Amino acid sequence: MGPHIMPDALFIGIAIMTVGSAIVALESRELVYGAIALAISMLGIAGFFLLLDSPFVAMFQITVYVGAVAVLVIFTVMLVRTQALFSIKEDRKRKVAGIILLLVFMGGIGAVLLSSGLSNPGFTKFNYPAIEVASIGKEMVTYYGPVLVLLGLTLAASVVGALALARREDIEQQNERAD
Amino acid sequence: MNELIDFVTIAMVLFAIGIYGLVVKRNAIRMIFSIEIIANAANLNLIAFSRNLHNVQGQMFALFSIAIAAAEVAVGLGIIIIAYRLYKEIDVEEYRSMKG
Repeated sequence: MGPHIMPDALFIGIAIMTVGSAIVALESRELVYGAIALAISMLGIAGFFLLLDSPFVAMFQITVYVGAVAVLVIFTVMLVRTQALFSIKEDRKRKVAGIILLLVFMGGIGAVLLSSGLSNPGFTKFNYPAIEVASIGKEMVTYYGPVLVLLGLTLAASVVGALALARREDIEQQNERAD
Repeated sequence: MNELIDFVTIAMVLFAIGIYGLVVKRNAIRMIFSIEIIANAANLNLIAFSRNLHNVQGQMFALFSIAIAAAEVAVGLGIIIIAYRLYKEIDVEEYRSMKG
C-alpha cells in the first residue's frame, strides 16, 4: 500500500490512454479527430518511456511524434478534400475478419509471452539501476557516430524527396508562359 | 504491474491493433496511422528490454527508429498527396495504376 499503489495507477492510466486513443485513431468517423487521437497515443508512449526511466527518449518522442508528425498529418488531412474523407467504403465481412485476426493474434502472442521466461519473477523485475542519460551521448558520438551522420543524410534526402514530390510541374509551366 | 511483462503486453496489444488497422482500413492516411502505431509498439519493446537488461543500445535503436519513422511519414504523406491529386481519392483500392 502507499507508495506501491501509485505507479500501478499511473501505469494503468497511461495504458488505457494509449490503447484507447490508438483505437479511436483508427475508428473515429472524422480523420482530423483520428489524427489528434494518434498524437495522444504517442504521448502515452512517451509516458511509458518516462516510467521506464528513459527521459531523453521520451522527450525525443514528444518532439518528433507529437510535435512534428502529428502536425504534418493534420495538415495533410486538411489539404485532402473533405468529401473524400467521408466516403468510407468498408466491407463488413472484412472488418469481422480483421477483428478475428486481432483476437487470434493477441491470443497467440499472449500465450507465447505468458509461457515464456519473460513472466519469470526473477527476470521480469527491473533489477538494475536506470541507464544515465550521459551514456547515450557518449555512445552517440563514439560508437554510433557514423550512424548519426548517415541518419542526418537520410533525413535530408527524405525532406528533399518530399519537396520534389510536392512540386507541381503544370503550375510551374504556366508561370513560365506568363513570364 | 510496472514490470517487463506488462510493458511487453501493452506493446503486443498496440501491435495487434496496428495489424488490424492495416488489414481492415482502405483509407491511405489511416494505413499510415496503423504503421505509426506498429512502429511505436516496437519502440516500446526496445526501451523496456533496454531498461531490463541495463543496456544503452536499446535506447539508441529507439532514437534512430523514431527519426527514421519521421522521415517515412514525410515521404508517405507526400506520396498520398500526389495520389490524391491524380485520382481525387484517398481510398487505396482506387489506385489502380502506378503510371504517373
